[in-house]
Amino acid sequence: MTMPSTAIIGAAETDELGTLPDRSELQLHAEAARNTLEDAKLAPADIDGIACAGQSPIAVAHYLGIEPAWIDGTGVGGASFMFHVRHAAGAIAAGLCSTVLITHGQSGRSRLGPAGGGRGRDSLPGQFETPHGIVGPPTLFPMGVLRYMKETGTTHEQLASVAVAQRRWAARNPRAKYRDEITVDDVFASPMIAYPMHKLECCLVTDGGGALILTSSDRAEEMDLPHPPVHLLGAGEAMETPMVSQMEDVTSSKAFRRSSAAAFAQAGITPDDVDHLMIYDAFAHLPIYGLEDLGFVGRGEAGAFIEEGHTSPGGRLPLNTNGGGLSYTHTGMYGMFALQESVRQLRGTAPAQVDGVEISVAQGVGGMFMSGGTVVLGRERR
Amino acid sequence: MATPTKPSPKATPETQPFWDATARGELHLQRCRPCDAHYFPPRPFCPTCHSQDVAWEPVSGRGRLHTYVINHRPAPGFEEEAPYPIALVELEEGPRLMANIVEAPAEPDALVLDMPLEVTFEDQGGMQVPKFRPAEPQEGAR
Repeated sequence: MTMPSTAIIGAAETDELGTLPDRSELQLHAEAARNTLEDAKLAPADIDGIACAGQSPIAVAHYLGIEPAWIDGTGVGGASFMFHVRHAAGAIAAGLCSTVLITHGQSGRSRLGPAGGGRGRDSLPGQFETPHGIVGPPTLFPMGVLRYMKETGTTHEQLASVAVAQRRWAARNPRAKYRDEITVDDVFASPMIAYPMHKLECCLVTDGGGALILTSSDRAEEMDLPHPPVHLLGAGEAMETPMVSQMEDVTSSKAFRRSSAAAFAQAGITPDDVDHLMIYDAFAHLPIYGLEDLGFVGRGEAGAFIEEGHTSPGGRLPLNTNGGGLSYTHTGMYGMFALQESVRQLRGTAPAQVDGVEISVAQGVGGMFMSGGTVVLGRERR
Repeated sequence: MATPTKPSPKATPETQPFWDATARGELHLQRCRPCDAHYFPPRPFCPTCHSQDVAWEPVSGRGRLHTYVINHRPAPGFEEEAPYPIALVELEEGPRLMANIVEAPAEPDALVLDMPLEVTFEDQGGMQVPKFRPAEPQEGAR
């Protein structure tokens, strides 16, 4: 198989090698990146793809002030960079990005800020978030909610109505963990986890898994398959920052906005074309942010939209029809289950099946609005 | 069983000046001279223009309550303070820091967004961690 030729146009190492007790691992990535940009006479804004191993590519890109449209964190050991080169060649050939920066930095001897979950005591989050008594996502993810409520006039009742609406879908899904319908008062009566979020506004914690198999649409149509293929119409990926405290605007996800814009453009659709929507709901505010950031409603309108039932069974925009992370399941990285439900709805096999789904969108989130991935799926290929 | 202690940050070479300043009871941030703008977290170049013409400078220590949560399930070392606020403070100089709000009730009515705050410090494992407390409004403030 051949693909368009790809070229390496910049290459450089850190200023020094050896024992470097004056640079963290993240800074080694940055120094190598800056030297390589200089080598190629390129500016940070010229980079639209990033790949690295060890440190998160999101941590590296945010540190460098780069906003890539293609992000690869494949970490398979010392050969990761050979993988990155191949993946980058494929991405460039496919038009997903034009200029990829692949970085390596490792404080292998001095062990300054080494990777390892990314939240060690000398990581940036470990220095500037963890000491303030955070306890995982419930203390970080909802950080912007009060600001969002103040700026938009969204109410606590509207926030709670997200959980109410999704439980209506879960009640129609025998595989959902929680299936009894709830009211706004039930949400308010559940224990406070991290104000303003009550327990019923936080996702489940479960075990489980899912998987997908992809091939070309041409091959899929030639194969004798038990189910009609679901075609990928568009996809987008974006990132903002590994630290929720450093979001540009805590009332909106830049990663959601950028990933969905890329996916919708590739698919050639607008929100009006979408029949079914999945928005990763680790907490009740995510569908609210998502509806606005993906362009389904205007700024400050999402709470009322959900409260009025437009995303509930029978509503005009069926949302999180498996019951979502709030009621169906949430293993920790829930995005796979959003994709599974989009596929079921397009196949016509969902427990709470919506009539006439031709296009479904699944919006994923990583970390605490750290990254966003959008997938547009359809019954018919374009 | 040992009493749990609050998590303690560990400096890297790029963040050492920040923690050296807090050890003196001062808040310092980096400013990019070409952009004439402060930035955070620390790094030896400006994240906007990549200039290395950046300097550590003392900042006012004053800011506003941008947003927060009140955590009801305490982290190790925070048991006696729960529930406690974890906030984002928007400094007068622009950058936002995460910090606890102290010397105020951990109640929504006492924690009004955009209220003025000032920095103070608390020892956590030998490191002076910034905290913020309510402050008198500054002249000309909103």
